[in-house]
This record gives sequence, C-alpha cells and structure tokens, in this order.
Amino acid sequence: MKRSLAFLPFVIAVIFGGFFLWGLNPERDPNEVPTVLISQPAPEFDLAPVPDIQTPGLSRDDLVGNPGPVVVNVFASWCVPCRAEHAVLTSLVERDRIVLFGINYKDKPEDAARWLAEMGNPYSRIGSDSSGRAGIEWGISGVPETFIVAPDGTVLFRYVGPVVGDTPVRKFRAALVEAGALPKGGA
Amino acid sequence: MTPEIGHFALALALGMAIVQSILPLLGARQGRLLWMRSARTTSIAQLVLVAIAFSALMRSFMVSDFTVLNVAANSHSLKPMLYKIAGTWGSHEGSLLLWVLILTVFGAGVALFGSNIPEELKARTLAVQAWISTGFLSFMLLTSNPFERVFPPPPDGNDLNPLLQDVGLALHPPFLYLGYVGFSIVFSFAVAALLEGRVDTAWARWVRPWTLAAWMCLTAGIVLGSWWAYYELGWGGWWFWDPVENVSFMPWLLGTALLHSAIVTEKRDAFKSWTILLAILTFSLSLLGTFVVRSGLLTSVHAFAVDPERGLYILFLLALSIGGSLALYAWRAPEMEPGGIFKPISREAGLLVNNLILGVATGTVLFGTLYPLFVEAVAGEKISVGAPFFNATFVPLMLPLVLVMGIGPFLSWKRADLPGVWQRLKWVAALSVLLTLIMSYLRDGGPLLAHIALLLAFWLLFATVREWAMRIRLFDVPFVDSMRRARNLPRAAQGMTLAHAGLAVAMFGFIGSSAWKSEQVVFVAPGTTIEIAEFDVTFAGVDRVRGPNYVADRGRLLVARDGQKLTELFPERRYYPVAESSTTESAIRSTLAGDLYASIAAPASETAEKTGAWTLRILYEPLVNFIWLGSAFLILGGALSMSDRRLRVGAPKREAAPSAATTPAE
Repeated sequence: MKRSLAFLPFVIAVIFGGFFLWGLNPERDPNEVPTVLISQPAPEFDLAPVPDIQTPGLSRDDLVGNPGPVVVNVFASWCVPCRAEHAVLTSLVERDRIVLFGINYKDKPEDAARWLAEMGNPYSRIGSDSSGRAGIEWGISGVPETFIVAPDGTVLFRYVGPVVGDTPVRKFRAALVEAGALPKGGA
Repeated sequence: MTPEIGHFALALALGMAIVQSILPLLGARQGRLLWMRSARTTSIAQLVLVAIAFSALMRSFMVSDFTVLNVAANSHSLKPMLYKIAGTWGSHEGSLLLWVLILTVFGAGVALFGSNIPEELKARTLAVQAWISTGFLSFMLLTSNPFERVFPPPPDGNDLNPLLQDVGLALHPPFLYLGYVGFSIVFSFAVAALLEGRVDTAWARWVRPWTLAAWMCLTAGIVLGSWWAYYELGWGGWWFWDPVENVSFMPWLLGTALLHSAIVTEKRDAFKSWTILLAILTFSLSLLGTFVVRSGLLTSVHAFAVDPERGLYILFLLALSIGGSLALYAWRAPEMEPGGIFKPISREAGLLVNNLILGVATGTVLFGTLYPLFVEAVAGEKISVGAPFFNATFVPLMLPLVLVMGIGPFLSWKRADLPGVWQRLKWVAALSVLLTLIMSYLRDGGPLLAHIALLLAFWLLFATVREWAMRIRLFDVPFVDSMRRARNLPRAAQGMTLAHAGLAVAMFGFIGSSAWKSEQVVFVAPGTTIEIAEFDVTFAGVDRVRGPNYVADRGRLLVARDGQKLTELFPERRYYPVAESSTTESAIRSTLAGDLYASIAAPASETAEKTGAWTLRILYEPLVNFIWLGSAFLILGGALSMSDRRLRVGAPKREAAPSAATTPAE
C-alpha cells in the first residue's frame, strides 16, 4: 500500500473539518431564507384601511418621501407570535419614534379591529390585505414579517418571524441604526 | 440531593476515564499485567458511575423535580409516566448522558466478556474507549450539565409537546444510540490494532460480535424512526433524505461494508488496512451525526437547540478523534502486510465489489448532505439537496450491489468457477425475468428504474433461496436429510441467508411504495367520493370528539372496492389545549398488499368551514409493509449470525477454553 494513499482519508477529513469550522460561525443561520427584495424597490400595492378604525390605509405611495426610513410589519389577529411582537413594536414607536406601518394579512376586519382595540394600535397606517395579494407581492413566507423601507421606497431589511427576544431585537435595532432610523450608538 | 449525586458521579466517572486513558496503555507498553488489568475495574466503575448519574436524572424526571433546569425545560407534571421517563433522553443534555452511558456499556462489555481477547489488545482497546468517554464526559460537564439547578423553580414544566409523546419516540433514540455508539468499540479495537501494528484473523473474529451488535441496533433504530414518521407523524412516507436521517444512514452503510470486509479479514487474512479504515470511518460518521444534530450546521427537522459553543467543542473532539485516528492510520497502515491472494472471480472479489459500492454510496449520501454547506461556503448561495438528487444517484448505485449480492454467496474463496455458478443460477434468472414481466404487465406505468429494481429484488430473493437450498442439498438427498442439514448449518450462514432475503423483501416495499404510490389532496364536502387506486373513498363528514386531554375533529371515511364496503377510516385532527398545539392522527387500512392512508388537515377555508368542507389527504402505498417485514429479517439475520458457535468459542490462537459469554449485553 502506498504511503501517500494512506494519507488520503486524513487529508479529506481535514478539508471537511475546515468547512465545519466555517459553518459554525455564529452569525450564520442555515434557516435564513434569502430575500430577493433587499435593495430593490418595494412592490406596488394599494390597500384599503381596516373598516371601523380611524387609521388610514396603506399603499406603495405612502412608503415614499417620508422624512426617514419606515418599518412595515405584516401581522394578523390570528397569529400568536404577533401578540408577543406587538409590545416590542409599540416600544419602538413610543420610545424611539419609529414610523410603523402595518399590513393586516388574511384577517377578518372585525377580528383585526378587536385585536387592535385590546392590544393598542402603534401603527400610523394599516392596509387590510384580506385576500393575501399584497403578501404575495412582498414575498412573505408567514406572519409576522417586518421590513425596513428607505424614503426612496427601497427595501433595506427583512426580518422573518417575530422580533421577540434579545438576539432578534438586537439584530433588528442594528438594522434600524444602519438604515438611519435610529441614532448610532443608541442602545 | 439526587441531582448532586448524579453530578458528582459524572465527575468521578471522568476521573476514572482519565486514569483508564493512560494506565493500561503504559501497562501494555511496559508489560505490566496489573496496570493492563486495571482497565477492567475502571471500565466497570465508569459504567456504574454513569448509570448512577443516568438514574439520578431519570428520577428527577419521574418525580418532576423542577428545580433541575433540564427537567423544567423538557417535562411537565401532567405527562404520562412513560413519557416523563422518556424525557430523560429527550433533550440535548439528557441524550448526551445516554450516549455516554452506552459508551460505557460497550466498554464494560468488552472488559467483562472479552476473556478470550489477549490482555494487551484488550488494555489498549479499553484505553482508546476511555479517550472517547473522557472527551464526552468533559464536554457534558463543561458545556451541557444535565443537573444544573434553577432558582426560583418554575411552578410547572415547559414541555408537553404531544407529538413527542409516543412510544416510537421513546424507543427510537436509545436503539439508534446503541448502534451509533456501539461502533465506538469497533473503532477502539481498530485504533488499538494500529497502536499494536498487528491485525490478524483472530482480531477480526474478536471484533465481529461487537460490529454485529452495533449494526443490528442501528438497523432497529433507523427502522423505528422511519416507522414512527410513517405511522405517527402522518408524514405519509418513510424516508425523506433529511440531513439527520442521512447521518444515521451513513454509518449503517459503512457499517454494512465493515461487516463484510471483516469476513475477508477473518477467513482469508486480507483487506486488513481496509477493514481498519472502515472501522474508523464508521464511527467517525457516527460522531459526525452527533455533531450535525447538535451544532445547527444544517437545516433539519430534527435538530436540537443550537449553541455554537457546544458545536465548537464537539468539532474539537471530532478533530482529535477522527483526525488523530486517521493520522495514526496514515502512519501505521502501510506497514500491514497484505494477506491472501485471490483471483478476479472469487468470494473476495465479490466482497470487494460490495465494499466499493457501499463506500461510493456512503460518499454520495455524505456529499449530498453536506453540499449545501459547501456551496454556501464557496459561492455564498443557499441551496438545498433533496430527494431527487438521492433518488437519481443512490438508487442506481445500489442496484448493481443487489445483482452481486445474488451471485456472491455462490462464489468460493480464492478462485471461483463462474460458468458453474451460472449453471446454478440460470433458472433463478429466468424465473425473476418471468415474474417481473408478469408484474409489469399487471401494473404498467411507473419508471423504468422501478421495473429494473423489481427484477433485481426477485433475483436476490430467489438466488438467496437457491443458495440455501444448495447448502442443504434440497431434492438431491432425501427431504429428512435436507432438514437435518438445515438444522446443522452454521448460524452465520443462516443469518446471511435471512438478512439477504430480508433486503429483497424490503426492496419490494421500497419499490411498491415509491413507484406505484398514489396520492390525492382534495377539498371535500360531505358526500364526496374520491377514487384512489382501486378504492372508492366517501367522505361522510366530521364530528367533534373529546379525548382525555384533547379535543379532536374526527373525519369519517367509508372505504369501498368494486361497490363493496370494506371498512371505515377515522382520521383525526387533535388539539391539545394545555400544550396549545395540534397533531394529526392519520387513519390507515393496513394489509400486506398496501396501506390506504388518510389524514384530514383543516377546513378548506374559513367560508368552507360552515359547509363542512375539509382538506383531505389520501395516499395508497402499495407493499409498504414489506419494508418492516424485510427489516425484521435483517435484524434477525444479524442476531442469528451473532449467535454463531465460532464467536462464542474462544479463538483458537489464544486460550482455547470455551466461554459462553462473548455475546455483548443487549
């Protein structure tokens, strides 16, 4: 048996080990779904307001020309994680003066109104997407999802799932800082 | 108090393992018998100590001691007792403790029952085994202590996941671990042989029962997991090429190769360095499985909670054990003199083909499983590799193996007479072709590959039976004589016959349920009839029923064939209010010909809810039960082979005194 041949398994194992070491990078999330919307203009949509509440509806035009980046949150009254996320979003609006828009996804208007009455309404605009059509345009994979949109209508960031817990909130705040919606160094 | 006893026992076990890592090795080098024999005591002590720790954790689960963090996170006071106990190995920490327990079981097994193994080899083997347990015990104590306390204790536990409350789940991991970790002792034997620089036929014989035991448990573990997914989870399939399924399958493939190459080492003193390499790689793949499941490296339905620090520690252990053993291999293996010579047509050559194909197949599965990681690292793209890749590569690779499996047992060692073998097999070939043609005529359609696979399954089954008939000289001698011969056949030969036939039987299941499966997902209103395979299934509606801790929507389906009522099926959608989760309970009409499998998902839409329309999924999986039957044959075949007389009677080279206890603890 040739000596060089006997080394082959060892060499292959070392190469594999290198890939594994790379794969353990804590910043890497194998479950992350890449989004095609990043750095692209936000999709066209025009949604009527949820009936019986005072908040106006939401369309593509409302995303453009704001003084700073805005946050678009896709939520529904039937979505349990949205309930947990609600508190985080509310504090972002109340403490950090973030502009928050909502897309009420595949929800019954009366359920949505009741939910907002019960939990409070941090959204300055809410579009009612009862058919789910706008959700398809945005390419969402589930509820909740949260986007950051620049004043020129470009999508800067997408977060899949609820922004709840230390790591997701930190990630989201970092994205807001980068977008210029929060001052640098703000906790 | 109990958790502290467990914690303390673990720390003591680590101490024992460290002593056992060094002392027997020094003893073997310096020829000090007492030091070598210390491995026996420390192996048994390690087993006792880890067993104490395991019992302590199990007791904490049984009495629902929520001051223990692990219990609070993974149990609930309302769980049935069986699942409280099974919760012991349901979490990362607990399953690691089970892992180490099995590691020590195999170590102590060799210490207790390996009386025919030479002292030096035994001392080195147990020392290597202790290296592994040192690594994993320290991993557990440093990063994943199962006995960590929590204060203030929560009023009740966190987990009542009804999906995991199933007998399949309770049994599937222990068997899988017995298999995975069982290969550790084979690995230790291999490394010890490399340290000694000597591999001979006696070595192969000592290793064989341990390899067989691990292989059987791994087979049982994989089959149980597959069965659980099929019957309980309502996934409507038995194999999904999920990364975690693949990492359990790879050691099985390579372990199967090892079983066969070790035969050549045992009988012909050949394939030595290859057998050693297989022993090392099989356990390396088991370790890789442990790593993948616990590090969050790949996307999978099975992964434990992810922690990069743990992943790094396991990777470090992997680098030490796999890198170290392979470096040792590169250094020592070239010195092993090649053994018996053989011709291209011989039993050895047949087994070589077996090993090559199994090796390439393992490589294919490994490549497909890790390819997403490679692509992401090199190109930064996210991709996933799914069933189409594996079906297109793995299946065509395995088919030639089945062809050779039919011929192999007819070949004699050193040099075989192929025309003579063909003489015996031509009727087998003719019969297989005929039956395949009939089957293809009866059930036309399906991919060409399925028909080829069917032909090979018939071929393997009849060739195996033919070989057995030849051994007992059926119809050549009076029937009574044949039966006497059948009884006196070596158990190893009978085991092979059973296992090979088992694979053929299982193949019918694989083929039928993948190529001729019918599936319908439909919105149905009460009164709708769906035609599937030869059945007419009528949806009669949904009732609300109450279980002990759940409420369920139970669908009623009337199944008829040719206008005749056959049976009723009641698939359920259960909601568990305490756990706030739902499960799908599929309903199955199971016969040997196939399974009719029904599950209801949810109301078709919110408006449809009022009219009683539901989403219904109906599958017909022909021959699927042959998979479980064939798998049972495989396991029984392994058991038969393990009970062979020659594995119990000491190897001729050493103490000839027969000892009745070489079979490992099961």
